[in-house]
Amino acid sequence: MIAPDWFREDRLPHIYCTGCGNGTIINCTLAAVEEMGWKRDETVFVSGIGCSSRAPGYILTDSLHTTHGRALAFATGVKMARPDLHVVVFTGDGDLAAIGGNHFIHACRRNVDMTVICMNNHIYGMTGGQGSPTTPPGAISSTTPYGASEPAFDLAELAVAAGANYVARWTSYHVKELTKAVAAGMQTPGLSFIEARTQCPTNYGRHNKLRTVPAMIEHLRSHAILVAKRDRLVAEGKPIPEGTFTVGELVRRNRPAMGVQR
Amino acid sequence: MSRTEFMQGNAACAEGALAAGCRFFGGYPITPSTEIAETMARRLPKAGGVFISMEDELASIAAVIGAAWTGARAMTATSGPGFSLMMENIGYAAMTETPCVVVNIQRGGPSTGQPTRAAQGDMLQCRFGSHGDYSTIALTPNSVQEMFDLTVKAFDLADRFRVPTFLMSDEIVGHMRERVTIPDAVEVERPRPLAEGSLPFEAGDDGVPGFAPFGSGRAVHVTGLTHDERGYPDTTDPEAHDKLVRRLVAKIESARRDIADYEVVNPDAETVFVTYGPPSRTVEQVMRDRPDDSIGHLRLRVVWPFPEFALKVFPNARTFLMPELNMGQMVREVQRHVDQPVISIPKIGGELHTPAELVRVLEVYR
Ligand SMILES: Cc1ncc(C[n+]2csc(CCOP(=O)(O)OP(=O)(O)O)c2C)c(N)n1
Ligand code: SF4
Repeated sequence: MIAPDWFREDRLPHIYCTGCGNGTIINCTLAAVEEMGWKRDETVFVSGIGCSSRAPGYILTDSLHTTHGRALAFATGVKMARPDLHVVVFTGDGDLAAIGGNHFIHACRRNVDMTVICMNNHIYGMTGGQGSPTTPPGAISSTTPYGASEPAFDLAELAVAAGANYVARWTSYHVKELTKAVAAGMQTPGLSFIEARTQCPTNYGRHNKLRTVPAMIEHLRSHAILVAKRDRLVAEGKPIPEGTFTVGELVRRNRPAMGVQR
Repeated sequence: MSRTEFMQGNAACAEGALAAGCRFFGGYPITPSTEIAETMARRLPKAGGVFISMEDELASIAAVIGAAWTGARAMTATSGPGFSLMMENIGYAAMTETPCVVVNIQRGGPSTGQPTRAAQGDMLQCRFGSHGDYSTIALTPNSVQEMFDLTVKAFDLADRFRVPTFLMSDEIVGHMRERVTIPDAVEVERPRPLAEGSLPFEAGDDGVPGFAPFGSGRAVHVTGLTHDERGYPDTTDPEAHDKLVRRLVAKIESARRDIADYEVVNPDAETVFVTYGPPSRTVEQVMRDRPDDSIGHLRLRVVWPFPEFALKVFPNARTFLMPELNMGQMVREVQRHVDQPVISIPKIGGELHTPAELVRVLEVYR
């Protein structure tokens, strides 16, 4: 599906663990880019620091691998200075929501015209599996050895509240839907935020009774409920099953945006 | 042709940036630098540029670096606390060889210290503030005219050496009003383009690689990780790291004579004032008050890379006197390079040395 000329073949092998979900999300993103018909010379990938943030290093375009948490601020500079370039940001849940939380809400508020894809593995992967702001309560990590005791951020809802024009959530199981969502985000002027929940077998699954990759993907699949179904349950006054999360398009709107090519 | 105006130092800095072709400003307000952002907010959109008030200083410098990689001349302005926040990304700009200008209108510190008072307390931070080894360029204006001139120069040096370049001013110069001559046009020197067939981080003879801004079709991967000439991470090979970091330092340090900018008065003098920024104005007053060939003055307009050869311009020097608005920061650098005693004349609290204060020290050491 994806033309190999989007990859930097001379950079392989990549650093991702066997079974890591990040590759799937990169594939979905590049499939969406192809669908958009974007040219390599007009597309810039930006990222912060983390396993997820290594993605731009494998893509054959201009790319900026920046400092931890700051990707959206760097991307804002790129897009505002050159609105004719397409800007896509890859980020992790730690990068985006912990150290980068302030940049995240402000980029959504400004509604800068770019596409942000968060590979949410619920953990700090690159530093070896410490708890992040999206680690579910009770989950075991190297810094939550007795189970995470803090509530987790809902990144997609946060983006909606902060003002992004397009927000969707899918998982590494939902390959087709995720690809479509990324493309829809790319088509929407303003900031599009796509949360892609994904498996980190090495640092998350191992410690949380999800030892195998299929087990993690099955967990993502079985705990995802469609927005429409959630709305139906709410309308019928029925409880939303414990531990589930909504997937689908959460918002598509037309708030004023910055950096849109005139 | 040119025009003469009476203006504030901070406004002159903004005018200098505009004249130099600055087309992106990302910043966050902080006293005493705010008027630079305010002037840019008013003027940049009309000049076809972008002004953006970022959420904090970490974001400001990040956006500036992003904009710089599209080929735009980009700048931010701040003061001590904001400068401290920028440090991680200043290191990033050094590592990725991003041309950009950071203006620091220094105030009293540490911490929020004295927001409306002058200081020169960030002189070592601007050289050593980020982690790791690197080298940068820092200019120190002492007048409103120099706020204009040295801002223009900062952009040229940033582009030529592909390095974050600092305009290390302070509350006194930032807020003083003086006459400035503004030329209709200034000549600018842009980075050397990346040659066909060259790798994006392959240095030329001067240690500086050609520049291929985003959108120019060269697919440049920019990373703050230790990288090879292709720009690809190479983080465990000691040689790769050694080669890259030594080059980053050498490209600046080996061009020291070229970058240097200083003024010499009375090279035969025995007692020599060494200054940068506003304390030079007091020294100039002292010298006007008592014409005396035995007092010399070395005034630095570039402090980093440090031009140690300029100290040799005074062959008869017996003592160097250094008034600074800090507890003696650059004095260490001078001491490193001369055998004569170097006397620090520190002053903190926000006020400039008075001529009488300097004369008192002068009498002791003459
Ligand atoms: C300022 C700073 N603090 C901490 C780190 C160390 N660090 C590197 S990656 C990372 C966490 C990455 O987690 P996430 O963003 O979720 O990405 P993942 O690796 O899971 O894809 C941390 C804390 C850093 N590089 N910089
Ligand atoms: S640590 Fe986790 S996120 Fe990082 S590469 Fe391995 S599986 Fe992927």
